Formats: sequence, structure tokens, C-alpha cells
Amino acid sequence: MTVLTIELSSVSKHFAGIRALEAVDFACRSGSIHAILGENGAGKSTLIKIMSGVLQPDTGTMAINGEPVRFANPTEAAAAGIVCIFQELSLIPDLSVADNISLAAPPRRFGLIDRRAQRRRAEELLARLKCEDVDPNATVRELSLSRRQMVEIAKALGKEPKVLILDEATSALTSRDVETVYGLLAELKEQNVASLFISHRMQEVKRLCDTLSVFRNGRHVETFAKGARSDAEIVRLMVGREVDAQFPSKPKRPRRPAHLSIRDLAWEGRLNGVSLDISRGEIVGLGGLDGQGQKELLLALFGVLRGLRGSVTLGGRRGTPASPAQAKTGAMRIALVPEDRKTEGLMLPMSIADNLLVGCYDRVSNGPFIDLAKARQAVADGIAKLGIKVGRPEDAVATLSGGNQQKVVIAKWLMTDPEVILLNDPTRGIDVGTKQELYRLMRELADEGKAILFYSTDYAELIGCCDRVAVMYDGAVVAELEGDAVTEEAIVAASLNVDTRTPTPAARAGAVAPAAASA
Amino acid sequence: MNARPLPLLAGIRQNPGFAIALVLFVALYLAYNMLHPRGFSSAVLIQNVNESVAIVFLAMAQTVPVLLGGLDLSVGAVMTLTNCIASELVIGTPGQIAFGMAATLACGTAFGLANGLIVVYGRLQPIIATLATGAIAMGLALFIRPKPGGRVDDDISWALTNDLYELVATYGWFDPDAGWFRSIAWIPVPLVIMLAIAFGIWLPFRRTVTGRTVYAIGSAEGAAFMSGLPIERAKVAAFTLAGFFASCGGLYLAIQTSSGNADITQAGAYTLNSIAAVVVGGTSLLGGVGGAIGSLVGALILRVISFYFRILSVDPLLQPLVEGVVLLTAVSLGVFRTLQVKNRLALFR
Repeated sequence: MTVLTIELSSVSKHFAGIRALEAVDFACRSGSIHAILGENGAGKSTLIKIMSGVLQPDTGTMAINGEPVRFANPTEAAAAGIVCIFQELSLIPDLSVADNISLAAPPRRFGLIDRRAQRRRAEELLARLKCEDVDPNATVRELSLSRRQMVEIAKALGKEPKVLILDEATSALTSRDVETVYGLLAELKEQNVASLFISHRMQEVKRLCDTLSVFRNGRHVETFAKGARSDAEIVRLMVGREVDAQFPSKPKRPRRPAHLSIRDLAWEGRLNGVSLDISRGEIVGLGGLDGQGQKELLLALFGVLRGLRGSVTLGGRRGTPASPAQAKTGAMRIALVPEDRKTEGLMLPMSIADNLLVGCYDRVSNGPFIDLAKARQAVADGIAKLGIKVGRPEDAVATLSGGNQQKVVIAKWLMTDPEVILLNDPTRGIDVGTKQELYRLMRELADEGKAILFYSTDYAELIGCCDRVAVMYDGAVVAELEGDAVTEEAIVAASLNVDTRTPTPAARAGAVAPAAASA
Repeated sequence: MNARPLPLLAGIRQNPGFAIALVLFVALYLAYNMLHPRGFSSAVLIQNVNESVAIVFLAMAQTVPVLLGGLDLSVGAVMTLTNCIASELVIGTPGQIAFGMAATLACGTAFGLANGLIVVYGRLQPIIATLATGAIAMGLALFIRPKPGGRVDDDISWALTNDLYELVATYGWFDPDAGWFRSIAWIPVPLVIMLAIAFGIWLPFRRTVTGRTVYAIGSAEGAAFMSGLPIERAKVAAFTLAGFFASCGGLYLAIQTSSGNADITQAGAYTLNSIAAVVVGGTSLLGGVGGAIGSLVGALILRVISFYFRILSVDPLLQPLVEGVVLLTAVSLGVFRTLQVKNRLALFR
């Protein structure tokens, strides 16, 4: 069997001045299952996007068996045998399973799509994945998330990959499907396919993969064979982000009774029994790797999700708000700084003043009419409180920098005088100076007695800002760290759901020495 | 292997809008024929079909851009323009007539192609691009035919708007009284034309990669791009096909009325009714779900409702009101899916 090698040499990629990959040398070869490990923002996603043709490197080259290659789009990469199963599904919801599996290159007869051949092909591929229960004629929209993921895998398999990249492809699957996928990967390894495996489940990585690569901060740190490093060593390799911000000091005071109390909150398989207490005057961080239910938790508390189970008690009253409109008023007084400020936080073409007032028209109105003097005063107060750098309040909010836009979102919510503030990664894509202002603001708000729940993908922020950090994994809080226990190693270990202090059964089996030094 | 629902049943479950429309149409039309003094006769059927052809073609035209998630506001104007062109060209020797018909269809198709190129390469939103090109089409129509008039060959006009018996008799292809022919001689020619184009053009289009890409774009454009589908080609093709269907409507209107008429009010009404027919036929205005066959049925439903006014002696002044209420009821049947969405933020994406 011929050995196929894919090699990246000194590949770099920057986004708007922020480096995602820096001079990365990386290689993988056929007949192996290769795990890529790293924190949020370590560069894993950028790496696979470059390999699969979604992104093009700024500098550096990629070569297959020594031949330089450059992919302009995913189709070219697929033609070269590199197929990626993306985390964000690439399926078309309104087309049938069979249509999706042979989407871009269906079998044809007389120039028209041969639906019978296409269905047979879908049935064969699904049978290989032991998914006979999936009807090839069903639309993808009708399928559950785990079935959709299996269809996605079948679609990738149908392209007969030489290199198969799985980006968290097992996270949405049922345990039976996971076993099937494991079997499939072993089979592909026999057939000399190279599998690149990105996973946050250490047990999975240790069981499946023969080679591990750790990425940190856009750099390739080390590649080693399975078993060469202990869990604790792997965690230590992943840790070590540069702390590039100053944080306000945390006050030491006894914890007050819970203001917001969450018990066994569950939703649609994305939240699986979240329990958490938040008191007034406290900043609670939400940690963990991306997509472990943190965003859903915030949306649930803000009244966006339907069909919640479990209980939420806020200020002695049970129940979540019925809608965002109810969340901001009455006894609830909840604010959410949303994930995407450009679509969910701001109306970009509207003025700064309009955006600031949009949540609190009831406070600046006399009956049905907006009191222009009050409104102007409120806008001026909001701009002053957060130090938003604006030309005129009448300018479109789109003219502001990212950091100032985010300040507008936060100022808008502060105008509703919230008791509970939910923050969804508020510092993403903004400059260091503004970040520090936001950290100080958060601490001030906590000191005023607000309860703050702060989701961040940046662990340094969680460590620097939060009184307590709740780490989520697979839709539940798996660890709550407080005081000196809030360290990067502890967060990373909890994010991977491994315990670096006491050896797990699997670790014992692998004869990995327990790390005494952590936390 | 598990027992699977039949493809037909699966299709009904996946797009209940079409099934509802079909049942509604059959029920409405049967009841209409029972109430009509000369119901279930070939004469009534021929008259009804003749009055439905133009809106059926426009509804099919509108379907394709709607599946993309767009709208084509020029379909009524393109129909009017091709109607005027046909009233000039479809006359003379058989060769001239054939050329005239082909030229009419080619003009409408070219207009649709231009729409598609403007939307894709001009990067304009379909609704505003086609509003403008629709006005251009109206201007051209008025230029060709400032006053209603023109003529279409009498034979073709008679033959294509009656039943198969008259078609055969007009051109003397064979003895129309032949025994084997009697069982199908009553079928109206326009019905045959309508179904032939719907099933002969639309169904094969649906089974090409381009046709599938139209659905994929309306459903999830990002996923379509990531899957390497030909997005630009599909968009151009969608508007071109819309132009073709609209010109079928215009050509038939000319043959039916034996004249051309650049009527701005009529063009606008046809455009808006085509959107209504698309929605009633089970196609989502968000794109990705539905099809031209559904729109054919949707257009027929709209027409049957207006036929009722003739036999039920409804005050003509109340007709728009009743039509509005019926339309609202019909489209309301399609909103139940949004009630099942668990993440309400997803409703706005």
C-alpha cells in the first residue's frame, strides 16, 4: 500500500490582525488516526479549514506526497481526496437524505438525476453506518440532530476520502452511533485512509487515535505517539496562553444567598441537567470548550427557548421569562448581551441613539409618546457611563469600531436597570484596551449588587474576572471552581472532563502517572 | 429493513401544503360542477380551462424565483410583452406561425435570462431588479402595441382553445369521429398544453443538479456553497425558466383573445395573483419547499373561487373581500410548522 503524506510547512493565517496560525509545520499520513488537541482559539479550526480548502493560507505551503497543492474551495480539496465533516452541518434541510448524500455529484441517467441509483447509494452508505432506520426519502429537516450528523458522515464517506477530517463529529451522536463511527474509523485505517480527529473527549482520543498533536495559541506545540504523555502533561501542553490584560482585583467577601438558582435545566439534548446558583454581587464565569451548552443556557434564562425542563428560581420566583420582552421588565430584570452583536445585538444601519434606547423606550416615554428631552438625556448618560467614543449620537452604529459597538450593546442593556446580566462572550473581536474597560465595568456592576453570568471562550478572562467559574461539558456543569482553585489547568482539565489529580480508570490502564502538581 | 412509508405518503408529510391544496381544489371543483346547471360538461370544462391557462403559467413562472427565496415582480409584464409580440407575429403561413410562436417564447425566455444576469452579476435584490425590468417590459409592450389590437391566425386560435376533436377537425390530421379517438376527444387542448409543459419541463428540471441547487439555495445557501453547488448558474436558470413560463402565458393569451393588449393594471394583477397562487399551492415564500405543480393547483384554486361568483350570485362589489378571506384562510394552513420551533431565535435567522 502506498503511503500518502500531507504536509504543511510554515503555514500562517491572520484575521484582521489577529493571528490564528503562526508558522505551523504539520504532517499526517495515511493509515493513521491523528488527534488534534487544543483550547478554544488554539488554531485547530483554522488548520482544518485550510486543509479542506475553506480558507487559504496567508503564507506557507501544503504538499501531498511532496507535490505542492493549493485549494481554492472545498470542491477542489474533495477532488484531491481531502474531505471534512464540519461542525456546522453542511446539509440542506429541505432536501431528502438521498439528495444530500449525493448532493453535488449525483448519479445520472440521460443527463437527469437517477433517483433510484441515488437512493440505492444512500441506502448502502447508511447501511455501512448501521443507520438503516434513516429513510433516504425523508427530508433532513425531519431528522434528529444525531441522525443528521450520521447523514453528514455518510455524505463524506460517499466522496471516498483519502483524508477524512472529523471536527467534533461525535459530539452530537448517541453512544451506539459513536461505537459505529469508531468501528468505521478503524476500518478506514485498515484501508489506508488518514483520519484527522478533533475531539474534546479525552477518553475518545486515547481509545481511537495513534498519534496526538497539541496546538496552542496558533502554534503547533508537539506531536507524539499515543501513550507517550500522561493526561496531566497533555493538559500542561495545552495551557499557557499569554495573559494580555490587566484585571481588576476581586473583593473577598462571603457569598450571599442565591439570587438566581438553576436546577436540572434540560432542553432538546443540548442542556442535560444544568444546576447553578448565582448571588448578587458575584461574577460567575461559564467555561468549557465551545458548544457544550453555554449559549443555550443563556438563551434559556432569557426566555428564548421553548420546551425547557427543570426549574429556575429568580429572586424567590419560580420560572423563566416567557420571552425576551418579559425578561427585561417586571420582577425579572434580566439582560443578555448576545453572541453576535451585528445581528442580535444591534440594528447596524440605525443611529447610536436609537440603538441605545431600543430596550428602554418605556422609561423615556410619557404615555405613548417618546419624551425627546428625556431620551436625549438617557443617551448622553449611556454614552458617558461606558465612555463610548462617538462623533454624534445620530451617526449609524455601523460607523463605530467593534469595541465601541459592543459598549453600545452593553449600555443599551444597562439602561433597563437589570438585576441579572448574562454575557455571551462579550470581548470577542475587540481590542485589549476596551476589554480592560469592560472587565472594570463588570466588577463595578457586581459591586452595585448585580448578579452576572459571564460566558467566555478565553480562559484568561474567566480566571481574571470571575469569582467563580462553572465549567460545562456536554450540556451540564461538571465542575465549579472558586478562589485559588480557578486556574487554567483546572479549567482545561474540567473542559476535557478529565481529572488530572486522581487517575481515572482509563489512565490507570494506560499506566499514566498522576500529576501531583496541578492546582 | 424497517417498513418505510410509501414515497407518496412521505411526500405528503414533508409538504402538507401541496396535499391540502390538491384536496381543496378537487373538492371545490366537484362542488362547483354539482351546483352549475350544465356541470360536468365539456363546454364548461373548456371555458374554465381557457380562463385558467394564463394564471397557471404565471404561477409556475413565479414558483422558481420563490424557491430561491426571491420574488419576480416582472412575470405579469413579461406575459403582457410576449402577448403583444405574439399578436404581431403569430399569423401567416404555417412556417411564419411556427416562427412567431418560437420567437415569442424566445423573447420571454431572453427577458428572464436578463433578469437572472442582473440579479446575479448586478448583485441586486430580485424584488427591486424585477420591479424595474417589469416596468421596462411594460414600456416595450406599449411601444409594440399602443392600443389593443393585432391578430392571431384564426385556425390556431380556434384549434388550441377547444377540445381535441376540434383540433383534429381543424387540421384534418385524421377522421375525428374514429372510434378509438372518441374517449379522449372531449379533453380541452389548453389542459393538454398546460400539463405537457408542467410535467415536460418542470419535472425534468427538478431532476437536474441545477434544479436541485435552486432548492438548496432557498433552503440553506451557505450549506449549498460549502457543498460546491453551482449557485450562480442555478439563480440565472431560475429566472430564465420564469421568463419562459411567463411567455407561455403571454402566447396563450394572444391565441385565446386573438389580440394583444398592453394593459398595465392587468399585468400588475397577474403578478400579485401569481404570488398568491404559489403560496396557496404549498410553496414557502422563504424558499426551499414546494414546486411548480403545486402552484398549478394553487392557481386553479384561485380561479375556481372566482367561478363560484357566477353561479352563486354574490354581489360583484363583495368579490374582492370574499377572495381575500379565502386566500387568508388558505395560506394560514401553512404556518403550523413555526409553532414547533424550540429555539425562537431560529425563527429570525
